[in-house]
Amino acid sequence: MTVTKKTQSENLIPFPESHERNPGIPLELEKIHAIRINRSAVERRAGTLGTRRTVKKQWQAAWLLKAVSCIDLTTLAGDDTPGNVIRLCAKGKRPVRKDLLENLGLAELDLKVGAICVYHNLVETAVSHLKGSSIPVAAVSTGFPAGQISFQQKLKEIEASVMAGASEIDIVISRNLVLTGKWNQLYEEVAAFRKACGHAHMKTILATGELATLTNVARASQVCMMAGADFIKTSTGKESVNATLPVSLVMVRAIRQYYEKTGYRVGFKPAGGIRKAKQSLEWLFLIKEELGEAWLDPSLFRFGASGLLGDIERQLEHFLTGRYSASYRHPMG
Amino acid sequence: MNIQNIYESMEYGPALESREEADQWLSSKKRKLSLYIGGKWQSSKSGRYFDSTNPANKEFLAKISEADQKDVDKAVSAARKAFPSWLKLGPHGRARYLYAIARQIQKHARLLAVLETLDNGKPIRESRDIDIPLAARHFYHHAGWAQVMESEMKDYQAIGVMGQIIPWNFPLLMLAWKIAPALAMGNTVVLKPAEFTSLTALAFAEICDNIGLPPGVVNIVTGAGKTGEMIVNHPEIDKIAFTGSTEVGRILRKATAGSGKKLSLELGGKSPVVVFEDADLDSVVEGIVDAIWFNQGQVCCAGSRLLIQENISELLHTKLRARMEKLRMGNPLDKCIDMGAIVAPVQLKTIRQLVKQGKEEGGVLWQPSWACPKDGYFYPPTLISNVSTSSSIAQVEIFGPVLVSMTFRTPAEAVSLANNTRYGLAASLWTENINLALDIAPKIKAGTIWINCSNVFDAASGFGGYRESGFGREGGKEGLYEYVKPHWESEYKDTPQVFKKADSRKLKSPSVSLPAIDRTAKLYIGGKQARPDGGYSHPLYTPQGQLIGEVGAGNRKDIRNAVEAAHGAASWSKATAHNRAQVLYYVAENLAARGEEFTRRIAQMTGRTRSSSEQEVELSISRIYTYAALADKYDGRVHHTPLRNVTLAMPEPLGVMGIVCPDEFPLLGFLSTVIPAISMGNCVIAVPSETFPLAATDFYQILDTSDVPGGVVNIVTGDRDSLAEVLAKHDDVDGIWYFGSSSGSQKIEYASAENMKRTWVNYGKHPDWSNPKHGEGEDYLRHATQIKNIWVPYGE
Repeated sequence: MTVTKKTQSENLIPFPESHERNPGIPLELEKIHAIRINRSAVERRAGTLGTRRTVKKQWQAAWLLKAVSCIDLTTLAGDDTPGNVIRLCAKGKRPVRKDLLENLGLAELDLKVGAICVYHNLVETAVSHLKGSSIPVAAVSTGFPAGQISFQQKLKEIEASVMAGASEIDIVISRNLVLTGKWNQLYEEVAAFRKACGHAHMKTILATGELATLTNVARASQVCMMAGADFIKTSTGKESVNATLPVSLVMVRAIRQYYEKTGYRVGFKPAGGIRKAKQSLEWLFLIKEELGEAWLDPSLFRFGASGLLGDIERQLEHFLTGRYSASYRHPMG
Repeated sequence: MNIQNIYESMEYGPALESREEADQWLSSKKRKLSLYIGGKWQSSKSGRYFDSTNPANKEFLAKISEADQKDVDKAVSAARKAFPSWLKLGPHGRARYLYAIARQIQKHARLLAVLETLDNGKPIRESRDIDIPLAARHFYHHAGWAQVMESEMKDYQAIGVMGQIIPWNFPLLMLAWKIAPALAMGNTVVLKPAEFTSLTALAFAEICDNIGLPPGVVNIVTGAGKTGEMIVNHPEIDKIAFTGSTEVGRILRKATAGSGKKLSLELGGKSPVVVFEDADLDSVVEGIVDAIWFNQGQVCCAGSRLLIQENISELLHTKLRARMEKLRMGNPLDKCIDMGAIVAPVQLKTIRQLVKQGKEEGGVLWQPSWACPKDGYFYPPTLISNVSTSSSIAQVEIFGPVLVSMTFRTPAEAVSLANNTRYGLAASLWTENINLALDIAPKIKAGTIWINCSNVFDAASGFGGYRESGFGREGGKEGLYEYVKPHWESEYKDTPQVFKKADSRKLKSPSVSLPAIDRTAKLYIGGKQARPDGGYSHPLYTPQGQLIGEVGAGNRKDIRNAVEAAHGAASWSKATAHNRAQVLYYVAENLAARGEEFTRRIAQMTGRTRSSSEQEVELSISRIYTYAALADKYDGRVHHTPLRNVTLAMPEPLGVMGIVCPDEFPLLGFLSTVIPAISMGNCVIAVPSETFPLAATDFYQILDTSDVPGGVVNIVTGDRDSLAEVLAKHDDVDGIWYFGSSSGSQKIEYASAENMKRTWVNYGKHPDWSNPKHGEGEDYLRHATQIKNIWVPYGE
């Protein structure tokens, strides 16, 4: 543990602060145990979100641009090299073709993605290629994706990434603690991660596809927020089931409850499986309906996605030209 | 609005469904729509039209023909004419037509949805995602029932011409609920849509025309209440099916009383939403949205009474108000709204008036801060809390987006509050405790119980009411029985079996040396012999004129006492079916032991031969055996509804039943009617044969010795038809069977309209009770029960 605060803050890109950071609160076990989620009812609500709400024409274009601003543009592959990460950074800075933005009347918008999300080894590359853009670099951490390494290694990994310049750390929780109901231990673990993150913002990945029940998802969400999570995030993208609307509904309701109780706004990041523009709108509806407009901002909402941006670009071009677009007409990330 | 502004505000914008095709459809009819009678489009004889308007903006949509008597006559005779060949077409042929209708509804789904929304004011999301798909599903499902009718409904046959009158809240869906089962079972139809919403019914007629449905099988006559009356009173119509208000339902019950027309009524409601402390409250809030703000609350089974466990009341109210603020109201064609317009100004006026009254009675009103659109008939979602049970808005059906809330302390109190209503259409229960949910569901008097969901429907599940919410079911196998009659009914005779009566000129006392010990048959109430309240007894004679004994002359107070006693024995319905079966076997056993005595009694009273009397006793024992056997075998079903849930269709006893026994078989007639009722858990007030009452009064000794709890069977002798009428007029009697004269049947049905008790009368037609086909079987059990559908979604 040799990292000094000075080193950290030198490397840090300021995180957009539109709200006070969640410092966490003492664990309230009784509250955790009392949580009950009715899956069928949740699915019913989630199933009608996209049928009760829709946006068309310029509303759709504006909403899709908001989605772009909330994307954590991600590459998390074994074959990542500086080459493709640098390309991703460039795409993050100019996610939508300049002529399209101009035609949308948004030349001045300075549209960029929410963050670039990479493995630790590529943090430095990303940081150096995003210099001046104010786009944060997010590093997945703590033995991502399975989290099956020692607690000490996890802390070291966080510290290393923060030192390398990551201003957001996407940690994974130990799923076994949820499955065996060890809420105290989970709380302690996440609180320790938060401490290790220091000024870097912490997204806690619940890996909901491995938590078995929605009640577990809701309980784990609350514990992580109580332990000081800045964001709660659905998935690593590596589980067999990743971000779904029902799971997201449960998590955003947990965020709302935490906010109503403490006054702290915790962010939400669905990740994995969101590839289509239309899907991204459903998540924005979910956020607006369940949490309100304050959360429709990259400081409180992110998509963990790699393919989504491409589909949104094509939809935006279609909005402008009335012609269905092809992906090769847009610069790849 | 430019994109930059929207990007910053993240507001929703307009998202209108196109109405172009619907307008084209209306224009192609020159916005003047005819009646569909006998496969032809024709304007009404009167030439009168009325306007259909869009309640969201008051625009004129089309002129609708107003059918008069001649048009209705024509439609009925077209249906009558079509009936034989439609029957002859057979199950498979009818299945093909129903299937074709289902396909057509799907193919033209959007046109139908847009027409519905224009005409009714409901959000396009609902017409598109709920009304029309459910209507198509109803025809698919019933195409199946048509196909398998001969095996699945083998004891039953079509009735004839159906007169069907439907409401404006789900125009096409209610049409489907009516027409699909009617056609599937081989009937033909004259249907009148509500005057506010005729468009989709006429589009449906066009579908029937396009698929080549034989002329006259479906006839659509449009018009207002008057046209409806003509259908109801038409002598050539065999059955009336009505969905609408309890008020009108009552009129129909009275109007058709004694006519022999079958009747099914799906009426109003004041359905409770019961929320226990362990429920998933965020999900409850959405459940409430589905319960009361679906279709602007203009839903007969709307969850309009919110009952909350006291300790979570404040929290739930807070969540609910936050959610209400987020509801979006606007142009019903907008795909991004939750609530549309109220169907008509008259309805809006009623809602306003009732809400005003609720406020005056001390309710605390809450409405969202946003304003309703001004160009149509809109009313905001409304929550009235602090409502007492005595407040009129807690009792009256508002039929609008108005929810009233109150609290309870215990599950028992929740049940009492839930049942503190004249209605009994539906209820939803919210708890994560399956023990609690499955404990409460059977205790609530309602035809549909939704556990952790609300307002979900499917063709495979029967829908319909308890109490004043009407009778009969729509959907599922239980719904088919509304459109059939048993084959053997045609064998019933116009006169009961005639037995020799005493010649009054030959009346004399028994000639014995010692006076016989005076034996007077008393009434049997609450497991005890009771002297008749009036203090009168009447003598009974053998056909030869010998005095047999005297029988108590029961009066209205005896009936009152018997009904009280029957309610006191309500735990009989909770006894296990096995237990009830054991008691019935015991009854049979004791009857067999005293068979000789009953044989003599029957012979003495009726003057019949010994062997004929003996046969009646033997048949009686067998009959008791039949119901002892069926008591634990007359099961419900688990419906295959297309959701992840089990839908349990449970037959429940009606409760307290009056049974007016046939005259001709002193013992067998009494047992054939009383035993099936009690085998299902009902408690009974029996009025035995007036001519030969002593077999029934002798029988109470058998009841006493056979572990039949006191109050389960009560026997009141006396003037049959007047006692019957007292029973029919008693509001705490849930059902009544009457096997007597035609005029008596009329009186029973008429008097029963007040509390909508279930009736089963014989219209002066007499089955042969000695014939098991007539005198026993599941048909009796069906009439002694009503189906409750309990929806239990599952999945953790």
